[in-house]
Parts: sequence; C-alpha cells; structure tokens
Amino acid sequence: MLLIHCPYCEEDRSELEFRWAGEAHIARPENISAISDEEFAEYFFLRNNEKGLTYERWRHIHGCGRFFNAARDTVSDRFLTTYKAGMPKQPLPETGASEKTVETYEATEGDAR
Amino acid sequence: MADSGADLANRTSPLSGFHGGSSTVRLEAAPPAERISLRARAEDVAALSSALGVDLPVRPKTSASGNGRSALWLGPDEWLVIAEGNGGLMQAAKNSGALHSATDVSHRNTAILVSGPGAAAAINAGCPQDLSLKAFPVGACSRTVFGKVEIVLLRTGGDAFRMEVWRSFSDYAFGLLAEGAQDAAV
Ligand SMILES: [Zn+2]
Repeated sequence: MLLIHCPYCEEDRSELEFRWAGEAHIARPENISAISDEEFAEYFFLRNNEKGLTYERWRHIHGCGRFFNAARDTVSDRFLTTYKAGMPKQPLPETGASEKTVETYEATEGDAR
Repeated sequence: MADSGADLANRTSPLSGFHGGSSTVRLEAAPPAERISLRARAEDVAALSSALGVDLPVRPKTSASGNGRSALWLGPDEWLVIAEGNGGLMQAAKNSGALHSATDVSHRNTAILVSGPGAAAAINAGCPQDLSLKAFPVGACSRTVFGKVEIVLLRTGGDAFRMEVWRSFSDYAFGLLAEGAQDAAV
C-alpha cells in the first residue's frame, strides 16, 4: 500500500484516504475577463502531463480534508515530497530526485506496489 | 378525523437489533448522542472552547473530553463535537459570540462501540491506520476509511474504540466489523 505524507496531519497515511486533484501551481489569471479564448483554454484546459517529475495537488479527503501539493514521479509512482497549499515549489530530497526513470516493464510495474 | 394510530412517532436507532462480536471483540450500538460539525478559525478557538466547556484540540489526531462532551480534531479548522444525550451544543456554540460554522449532525451519524482485546484487529479488517497504542494512543482520533465507507475513529481506552459512521452506512460498517471480529478471534 502506498503511503502519502500529509503535511497537515504530519504523518504518513494510506493512499486510500487521498484523492488526486490535478496539476499544481496553476495561477488563475488576474485579468480573466480580458484574456483571449486561447489564453483561457491554456489556463483552463491544457496541462503539461509530464512523464517523470510532476507537481500535483492532492486532497486528504478521508482525513483532514485539506488540499496540499506533492512532487511525484509518474513513472515510479514515488512521492518525492509534499507540502502545504499556498507554498511555493519545494526543493526535492536528494535520494528521490536522482532516481532514474527506466522504461521497462519491471521498472514501471515492478515498483507499483 | 380517523385515528391513524400514529400519534406517537417512535425514534428507532439505525442499529437497533444489531448484534455481533466474537470471543475477543464486543460490538454495541452507542446510545443516541448530540453531535455538531464545527468549523472555526484559529483566533476563535479559545472563545468556542470556553463556551462549549471542552478545549478544542489544535494538534492533529487528538481529542479532548470533559463535562460529558468530546471534541475531536478532524482538520486544521474542523472538529466533531459529541455530547452525551441532549447537550445543547448548538446553543453553546452560538453563545460563544465567535465567528464559526456549526451544523447539527446528531442524526447524520450513529456510532458503534468496539471493545475487547481484538478490537484493533477487528477495525483493521477494513481500516488502513496503524492502531498500535504508540501510533494511536488513548484519546487519538481520526477521520479515515473503513472498507468502502468513511468513518471517524476515536480510541476511548486501550482496548476500546468509538466508530462514528453515517447512519445509512452503519449496517455495512457493523457487518464488516462483525466479520473482522470473527477473524480477530481466530
Ligand atoms: Zn491530512
């Protein structure tokens, strides 16, 4: 079972208590009524969908109920760090960040415990 | 007017008549209680605590009890306050004069009392939390999951828990606990 550290509960909790909530650090344009349809589409619909390191919002919906931010490797499904909503992108711990993302069945499925 | 025979509306507990357990786990429906879902900002916690007569805890996974009331930390600005019988919680919160949101959820929830040496094992049949006394000591509480439903779990003693569950999910929760109790006794 995957354990996720909730920055509000201050402990590792089962993935069953959490829900994914999309890409993090997307700022709502302050002049939203003035921007073009293309700019609005870019803000509202388009996501980077990076392979590997991504910054995401997660919600501890069956725990404290809070949204928070997480850096996660989408290949290994490893959470590199989590931090409270509203904080800027946090530096990554040494060990997780240097992990190679090797594209083999063993690397992707074998780690997805 | 014809006598409908319905002059008296009798309240029935969602778990009335349920029984289960094993040689190591006792399962009981908790008596009716008053409950509020309370939301407030940090600066209003002190006023609400004194009005409710119980200190709203501010540390994760902790609770406080006193004067027949228990306050359970659910989130950084959210508590579940439980009073035995008819405790006047809504009025007490209102009397605080502090900005808050209180919703009476007395009849949204019901509770199952789980006790005995196999209590933690029975709950762990459907709950992923570490219920060792080190990680989840007496007085610890948490919103979490139990099988397919959300619960709020409070440890009331070394071998005793109160499981708060939404009333429409309570027969599922009780059934899964009964299964867990059987497994815990093996
Ligand atoms: Zn949390």
